[in-house]
Amino acid sequence: MPTCGLSRVGSILKAIHRLAERPMVLMEVCGTHTVSIFRHGIRELLPPSIRLLSGPGCPVCVTDQGDIDAALSLARRKNTMIATYGDMLRVPGSRTSLAEERSSGHDIRIITSASQCIDLALENPEKEVIFFAVGFETTAPATASLVLEAADKGLHNLSVINFHKRTPPVLEALALDPSLRIDGFILPGHVSVILGHGPYSFLAEKYGKASCIAGFEGEDILLAIADLCLQIREKTPRASSAYPRAVRPEGNPRALELLDRVFSSGPARWRGIGPIPSSGFAFRKEFSPFDAIMKWDLHVPQVAAPEGCRCGDVLSGKITPRECPLFSTACTPIRPVGPCMVSSEGTCAAYFRFARGGNTVWER
Amino acid sequence: MCLAIPYRIIELLDGNRAFASTGNVRAEVRTDLVKGLEVGDPVLVHAGFVIEKIDQDYSEELESLWSRIRDLAGEDR
Repeated sequence: MPTCGLSRVGSILKAIHRLAERPMVLMEVCGTHTVSIFRHGIRELLPPSIRLLSGPGCPVCVTDQGDIDAALSLARRKNTMIATYGDMLRVPGSRTSLAEERSSGHDIRIITSASQCIDLALENPEKEVIFFAVGFETTAPATASLVLEAADKGLHNLSVINFHKRTPPVLEALALDPSLRIDGFILPGHVSVILGHGPYSFLAEKYGKASCIAGFEGEDILLAIADLCLQIREKTPRASSAYPRAVRPEGNPRALELLDRVFSSGPARWRGIGPIPSSGFAFRKEFSPFDAIMKWDLHVPQVAAPEGCRCGDVLSGKITPRECPLFSTACTPIRPVGPCMVSSEGTCAAYFRFARGGNTVWER
Repeated sequence: MCLAIPYRIIELLDGNRAFASTGNVRAEVRTDLVKGLEVGDPVLVHAGFVIEKIDQDYSEELESLWSRIRDLAGEDR
């Protein structure tokens, strides 16, 4: 391969421009890819025939409003501490957010690793420590490891309100959606570190969709787009990888083993998309004492999205954020209405940061 | 949120832990998810856990893609 970075990118772009003769719709599924595509100006470099859609790849954004309300109801319990990743703090529930509950005196802790919950539970034996867990297959193995360690240590004051989600079932829902007409998927690099290539093969075999695992540098994403263009033009769809330095074909067997020990698959609700069978991680019976929903007999309500908020349509690639009437007016990163504006990886937050102006290339 | 940062393992500790560094940042990371780590290994760290060793950027699949790209870009081998 050419050794100079610029020369390599130039070669990939030449190839893409030659290959993209007919219109094609590609979806990047990962929120980190969405940000990287903006940061590297990739839309501006592509031919107009390629339309890039942003998909449901931000775990904060796809967490259902009812699930957030359920976590907020736990946060208001006496002698309770909620531990969660920082992204979740400002996500609005129906009435408040975790940040507002913290301002009201409730004990909400930001953690950077699930394993910190062990120390929190050991140091605060008088409190119930509840880990509010979101994230895809990249993040879920850390939760599995936490649960196994908590079981090993016999910790009874630690549980998990678990809204982890699986990626392949939502890809299937998107592949089946006739209104989207996606030709190919830019597959999430770090979810694939855990899953490997195999779980995506149905995209080509059942639905004839191209797919390619991508890394996160600009060149990585362009390489994946070139591979997708080849698959689409030559009608040879498959699950390929342009990120071999991190993704093994078989994935991470140790992480998959931990996931399988602690969780089975179960239904999950995706904001704006609705319930998707087998897209969640349900606790196996052996570990049900760590399931906060069972432990506290929690009711997870079904809640409508805030009036006017079109996060659901943004998450499924049906509109771009600028087509939402609240974007950049009622909904901004300082006062977000929907979750896509909260997380830095949310599509609306990425558009707000990089593409608030009138460049039509961003609407492609 | 699926962001993972490249680190290098600088010291292995007991209890599935290690010290890792990137630039001037030094952090304790968990090694539960990857077996056989050694000092000096470049790794990807997500949410405090090593999720994979970083290998050389080569596969037959990627080499074949580069070959097609060079042809399409009209470059000599």
